[in-house]
Amino acid sequence: MAAERKTKLSKNLLRMKFMQRGLDSETKKQLEEEEKKIISEEHWYLDLPELKEKESFIIEEQSFLLCEDLLYGRMSFRGFNPEVEKLMLQMNAKNKAEEVEEQTVELDVSDEEMARRYETLVGTIGKKFAKKRDRALYKEDENGDIKPIKAKKMFLKPQD
Amino acid sequence: MAEAAGVPAESLAGCRARAARTVLDQVVLPGEELLLPEQEDGEGPGGAGERPLRLNAAARSRGRVVCGPGLRRCGDRLLVTKCGRLRHKEPGSGSGGGVYWVDSQQKRYVPVKGDHVIGIVTAKSGDIFKVDVGGSEPASLSYLAFEGATKRNRPNVQVGDLIYGQFVVANKDMEPEMVCIDSCGRANGMGVIGQDGLLFKVTLGLIRKLLAPDCEILQEVGKLYPMEIVFGMNGRIWVKAKTIQQTLILANILEACEHMTTDQRKQIFSRLAES
Repeated sequence: MAAERKTKLSKNLLRMKFMQRGLDSETKKQLEEEEKKIISEEHWYLDLPELKEKESFIIEEQSFLLCEDLLYGRMSFRGFNPEVEKLMLQMNAKNKAEEVEEQTVELDVSDEEMARRYETLVGTIGKKFAKKRDRALYKEDENGDIKPIKAKKMFLKPQD
Repeated sequence: MAEAAGVPAESLAGCRARAARTVLDQVVLPGEELLLPEQEDGEGPGGAGERPLRLNAAARSRGRVVCGPGLRRCGDRLLVTKCGRLRHKEPGSGSGGGVYWVDSQQKRYVPVKGDHVIGIVTAKSGDIFKVDVGGSEPASLSYLAFEGATKRNRPNVQVGDLIYGQFVVANKDMEPEMVCIDSCGRANGMGVIGQDGLLFKVTLGLIRKLLAPDCEILQEVGKLYPMEIVFGMNGRIWVKAKTIQQTLILANILEACEHMTTDQRKQIFSRLAES
């Protein structure tokens, strides 16, 4: 019954994916273009002349931070709050982009005392790792400091 | 003030815009228009017909001019919206055309993005705190916006606590939001301000004057006795010293120094140093 005339397939049916697989690329492109045309015709647009946005050289800012270099808001004086004093140096240095001078931190232990302690520390820790035979080499000083004696008993080769 | 007010009134009546350059550090009134330097050259007499290419090139390459608080953009000119002195800052690193702003005085604070302020926690609702910053609305502060805060590890903030934080959202259309961490996630001194101390309110201009890099008042005050001060850009100052009397003296000095001359201030400091 439909042999004489081709069954007219609707447009929507033709747009379906399984119908498009058989088409060649040109027909596909044509169909796409037609689709786009339909969509763009349906879009609303203003019938006004194109307004060029004027390039403005002026920027509006409501913040005072750009205008004046203000210091950091938290402050502490004469050591009332040491953490805040550290922060003050950090934040104000960031603002000025200067290198912060290394402030001499008050040392609890002086350098000399540290060197002395470290000398004996070597002995104490060394004793811990020395074998039983070598532990006798570590002699105890009058002060109670443990110092290692350099002379270790090595094997003496017989002369003959 | 009467003479100073008379001069701008005449120019307003004449409706002529003045060059911003000529008005620096002088009093400007709302409604005045200011010309930026490049435009002023082009609009000079006899310059209308012939515009040398040089000027145009300079205008293009000058970069962006920033109009700060108290000024608005009006076409190519600046429109003054607050009364005060006009200030200008040259661009440091070469980019941009510098900043113009009006140095005005007011007591009412309007939240601005990026400002560090002292707020008072007024309510705790669910995941956010409502913080009163002195603006038209209380700002919201999320409990996750503290250093080291997680869903399990909530910050120890009670109603009535003082918070030092900065605004991340502050415009006329939305509720202001503040946080107590910076963009890297570190506190940098923000967060709950400790126990004791005294919070009082001053004008906004005084805060900016005290926070200026070369402020003598703070240097002198700092020599008196150990103390801690926190300045909020919303006009609030929190001070703390070892005794209540010292704290009160400090608060009185900071409030009064706005209206004192340098000599009066030095007198007061010397008297304090003696006692």
